[in-house]
Amino acid sequence: MLGKLDWSAIPFDQPIPLIAGAVVLIGILAVLAWVVVKGHLPYLWHEWITSVDHKRIGVMYILLASVMLLRGGSDAIMMRIQQAIAYQSQGYLPPEHYNQIFSAHGTIMIFFVAMPFVIGLMNLVVPLQLGVRDVAFPTLNSVGFWLTATGALLVNLSLVIGEFARTGWLAFPPLSELSYSPGVGVDYYAWSLQISGVGTLVAGINLVTTVLKLRTKGMNYLRMPMFCWTTLASNLLIVAAFPILTATLAMLLLDRYLGFHFFTNEAGGNVMMFMNLIWAWGHPEVYILVLPAFGIFSEVVSTFSGKALFGYRSMVLATMAICVISFMVWLHHFFTMGAGPDVNAIFGIASMIIAIPTGVKIYNWLFTMYGGRIRFATPMLWAVGFMVTFIIGGLTGVLVAVPPADFMLHNSMFLVAHFHNVIIGGVLFGAFAGFEYWFPKAFGFRLDERWGKRAFWFTFTGFYITFVPLYVAGMLGMTRRMQHYDVAAWRPWMIAAAIGMAVLTTGVICQIVQLVVSIRNREALRDRTGDPWDGRSLEWATSSPPPVFNFAFHPDVRGEDAYWDLKAHAKQQSLEHESPEYHDIEMPRNSPTGFVCAFFATIMGFALIWHIWWMVILGGIGAFATFVVFAWRDHDEYVIPAAEVARIDRVNLEERRSLVSMAGAV
Amino acid sequence: MAVTATYGDAHADPHHVGRAAEHPGPASKRIVTAYGFWIFLLSDIVMFSCFFAAYAVLADQIAGGPKGSEIFDQRNVAIETVCLLLSSFTCGMASIAADVRSRFWFYLGMAVTCLLGLIFLVIEFKEFADLVSRGYGPSRSAFLTSFFSLVGCHGLHVSAGVLWLLTMMAQVFAKGFRADVLRRMMCFALFWHALDIIWVGVFSVVYLLGSGV
Repeated sequence: MLGKLDWSAIPFDQPIPLIAGAVVLIGILAVLAWVVVKGHLPYLWHEWITSVDHKRIGVMYILLASVMLLRGGSDAIMMRIQQAIAYQSQGYLPPEHYNQIFSAHGTIMIFFVAMPFVIGLMNLVVPLQLGVRDVAFPTLNSVGFWLTATGALLVNLSLVIGEFARTGWLAFPPLSELSYSPGVGVDYYAWSLQISGVGTLVAGINLVTTVLKLRTKGMNYLRMPMFCWTTLASNLLIVAAFPILTATLAMLLLDRYLGFHFFTNEAGGNVMMFMNLIWAWGHPEVYILVLPAFGIFSEVVSTFSGKALFGYRSMVLATMAICVISFMVWLHHFFTMGAGPDVNAIFGIASMIIAIPTGVKIYNWLFTMYGGRIRFATPMLWAVGFMVTFIIGGLTGVLVAVPPADFMLHNSMFLVAHFHNVIIGGVLFGAFAGFEYWFPKAFGFRLDERWGKRAFWFTFTGFYITFVPLYVAGMLGMTRRMQHYDVAAWRPWMIAAAIGMAVLTTGVICQIVQLVVSIRNREALRDRTGDPWDGRSLEWATSSPPPVFNFAFHPDVRGEDAYWDLKAHAKQQSLEHESPEYHDIEMPRNSPTGFVCAFFATIMGFALIWHIWWMVILGGIGAFATFVVFAWRDHDEYVIPAAEVARIDRVNLEERRSLVSMAGAV
Repeated sequence: MAVTATYGDAHADPHHVGRAAEHPGPASKRIVTAYGFWIFLLSDIVMFSCFFAAYAVLADQIAGGPKGSEIFDQRNVAIETVCLLLSSFTCGMASIAADVRSRFWFYLGMAVTCLLGLIFLVIEFKEFADLVSRGYGPSRSAFLTSFFSLVGCHGLHVSAGVLWLLTMMAQVFAKGFRADVLRRMMCFALFWHALDIIWVGVFSVVYLLGSGV
């Protein structure tokens, strides 16, 4: 009846996950109770859960990422403490628990923090920057988000019911095969990634179509803001790479569930094929994450330097070059496979070549700043911090792209330091910069600058104190994923890294405080103009937060930096015609499809993990029924009458007119 | 347009893109839907290419079991291929019928497509069942693993296509040739033709190359 599920699945003998699980459960129940008692449930359901508005979905993505950041961060703290004290002792974590922690940390940080964060920002901003009303497929967008949430939910369930994979974040066979990992850990891993992977693919298709087909009048490709370009590149990579992940995990699951022999040691299975396939996805994946961050930095640097982006066209070219080359480097993840010097040389050179377009970008940002009027607001701090940090991370990357050096450094703490260097210093700094930068657009008030700067400085210094020691430990020969060790020389560096972790954590706490303080002071921080940073692209042309339809009219774009030009020409070309003629606007109706889909996906995923076959069938039928019901809808749009559009738009224009007259005074 | 002319200072158009490259604005829903679906199809083909690659890597790993030439029945494969290629034609006829709003020819075209798809699936299922009963199931060797997965994955897509096809017929029956139904029909047709293209790959790589060995 319940497959493999019984009471032994709950780890009563392990206090840490149980207590953590209990705390989280109490937290969730408390929030739910508060929502129900305060009567917010209908509001949540109508305005958020069933919403197909790209801005709301973007916010929910970022919320999911933030919550999961706390989970993945807790794992990181536990690991750093373990390695600091596990010198000639077992530390405080049993090995099998430690192995689950590092696997979960990697999986969560990539799939459920970095991915939803950048996809959330793209969702929120890209249609606004393109000057359109929505993404190409609004309901599908909601489905994509909720499937991602399903994956995150399954990973978190594994904390209390059963176990998570002990295989590392990419579940290499044969360790992840049934004979070496008979538990449900790998199944949790694979099914949560399968489900959230479908969500990501959907988001990718949606955003590619949005950028290519839904641009406002006059927005040629070479007038798109840089963030739209990097979004396009990143989502093209999603569309091309995520199916590889789907196929690879499907093969692993077939091996585990039906006794197939893709990656087994027996019957001719080929383990190295898994490495090739998973990295053919996995290497583009890091560019999927970092390209949007590059886009964010481009926007931030040009806004806060008060200058158009230097070398816009070379930036576009560099972005697309990275997009293509990222598919030609995957083998550098296993130079030690024994492919021979020729193959290794080709992939080594390809890996180094990626540094060229990336270097182009760095110089473009520097030249954008050169001669500009730089304002060191919080987003700009993150951008400058990124430039310094990412150069170090990039250079160590070029170092390990040299096959002989890689033979020495692969699987060492040096590697761990390198990829944290680029992922934290690149993606996470970018995500934080974007968060600070676009927060007023999403919510209508700015974030507190003082706490923002504190958060930046703690995170920035904490990052260095944590990861520079890891570089050193790697040079000293320490390998990754060690539960405990006996080498005295490593210990001081591990302690330093743990101290760095404490500083880093302080940075995260500052960010939470910043949010709380800002929400309390929101009246003082209110952004009435819709353009708090004196921005350059179209998202600043509408109010903060934007109305559901984004723009009363599709803006007519006549150059790069669309909104900047509008402002510059505001005198001759005033922002609005005397009495513009408003039209009815059709917007997509809300739909519970995404939520219901995710509900059935959760049931199906859970049932598959525990081999509860009747429940699998139930979930499958439910998912199909949801689509049929959705397809049967007769009215998928509603009309916002012209009068209502006019009323909303006039308020916006009024605020903006005062802004323009103020700008004229300066 | 006059607006562009009055706006013609050098600053606004630094790269002299000019009016020739003027972008007209968001595309129509029909274009957007078809475009998005094309991109999905491309991603699906990437997924298939992984199974093709796995087959190429594992095709010789027979682990003492049968080789491809020992288990493939050319006659069945020929019938399967004819069914599928023909169904693509009838699917095209159904699309045209939908375009000219002819219910009768639409139902007929779809019904024949469905029938041909089902014949294909039955033959494939029999082939699989036969192999399993002879002890040549997917767990026998890595070759059989990759064979069953690649061909089975295509078969699963055809099954999903049949389910979708029936839903389309029901939609036309209940709602008529409404704009959104027609858009879905267009996507379905793209899907069905794409399955054909993939089958040509399966047919060539698995059955033709495999039989020669």
